[in-house]
Amino acid sequence: MERVILHSDCNSFYASVECLYRPEIRNKPVAVGGDVEQRHGIILTKNQIAKKYNIKTGEALWQAKQKCPDLVIVPPNFPLYMRFSKMARKIYLDYTDQVEPFGLDEAWLDVTGSAVKGDGLTIAKEISARIKYEMGITVSIGVSYNKIFAKLGSDYKKPDAITVMSKDNYKQIAWPLPASDLLYVGRATEKKLTSLGVHTIGDLAGTSNQILRSFFGKWGDVLYCFSNGLDTTPVSKFDNQPTIKSIGNSTTTPRDLENNEDVKIILFVLADSVSRRLREQGFKARTVCISVRDNQLFSFTRQYTLKQYTNITSEIAREGFSLFCKQYHWLKPIRSIGISVTDFVSDTIATQTDLFSDEKSREKREQLDSTVDWLKNRFGSYCVQPAVLLADRQLSGFDPKRDHTIHPVGYF
Amino acid sequence: MAIYKKYVVVTANFDADGNIMPLSIVWDDGTRYEIDKVLDVRPAASMRAGGAGIRYTCRILNKETYLFLEGSMWFVEAKR
Repeated sequence: MERVILHSDCNSFYASVECLYRPEIRNKPVAVGGDVEQRHGIILTKNQIAKKYNIKTGEALWQAKQKCPDLVIVPPNFPLYMRFSKMARKIYLDYTDQVEPFGLDEAWLDVTGSAVKGDGLTIAKEISARIKYEMGITVSIGVSYNKIFAKLGSDYKKPDAITVMSKDNYKQIAWPLPASDLLYVGRATEKKLTSLGVHTIGDLAGTSNQILRSFFGKWGDVLYCFSNGLDTTPVSKFDNQPTIKSIGNSTTTPRDLENNEDVKIILFVLADSVSRRLREQGFKARTVCISVRDNQLFSFTRQYTLKQYTNITSEIAREGFSLFCKQYHWLKPIRSIGISVTDFVSDTIATQTDLFSDEKSREKREQLDSTVDWLKNRFGSYCVQPAVLLADRQLSGFDPKRDHTIHPVGYF
Repeated sequence: MAIYKKYVVVTANFDADGNIMPLSIVWDDGTRYEIDKVLDVRPAASMRAGGAGIRYTCRILNKETYLFLEGSMWFVEAKR
């Protein structure tokens, strides 16, 4: 049976919510931007008027101001956006329990079994009208028989639009679009595809599976399926929590990092948050990964697999720092840095020890961590800290665990 | 006449099922306005005042007016 899948995307989500709450700026070019003082000064979203000035998400606030001197820049209010995100999901859940959020502002809905409410287009129209009436913002909705084309449909026409990509019309609508519109075709893949003479989704669909596989490995199959509308990935049920595969934190620092001592401070703050989240989820991890971006915005990641699974703060911090010391040669100062851990096992699983590590001291450190966790939950993240963080209060004075509330998501 | 968002003091009845019904509104000057009847309750946005929540259509002194419950705060679309 052919599925009926909707992809709903709130148009300029943050900016729309801000414009709803501030009627006085509704007719002006508006952007939501980060804090310049903290060097988070980039455009997060812009409204339709600002789009006309060619303002791009991710560009620096000063660049945007140059393009449009009258641009109104408002600071983000994440708790408010989360409330609106929940309101939208509540509306979606009136139609199906298969609601799969993709970030705060997007979601897939499988309404195959909701025929009592009408066909896909009817339901899309009703959802669009309700969101406008109940939340005061607009959505673009794609209606299709698979998730990938539904998403293409919601991107096809904005704002406040509904696009149907059916088996009858996808060759006319989806195939002429550039290949980069497809989920998971980023800059690198696009470049490779261009060198193969593949420019549109139709070109991609017409390229044989074997050729794609020889260039992209298993991603070749994925691209082939996506472009031909053969994707069968189900829309997961709303209460299905996705499996956590990695936990990480990163930050752009208030000033450039100049030496190992600076990096040590930041890595210790980040590792503290990462390991606390790891323990909260009941995991131990074995692979530590760091990401580094220098002040010319060149970035790279490196990872290292430990001999033992761990959730000990000091071990994760130490491994992250020693990996950094081995890999970075200080040709340029650093702008942002991150640490993450992957390769999880449950923390209740028995682990193999070895003859050369001091298990007694590891156990002691585990107990120390759980005590410190208890203290921090009760008295806040700053109540107990390693002494290294006192070296520079400006650098260490942030709380990634509390501040970081929106986690990026992937399709697979 | 400009419309603005005005937060107000509300006395409400919370029934055993968790339904909330506003009974009266207190204005800045201390005047209490009884709500004669709640005509409609639905989630809605207030484009004029800027906000979104549960909208109560109330009859007060023979006039229909909207009262919004947004989170734990009540507001009306006031005229300046």
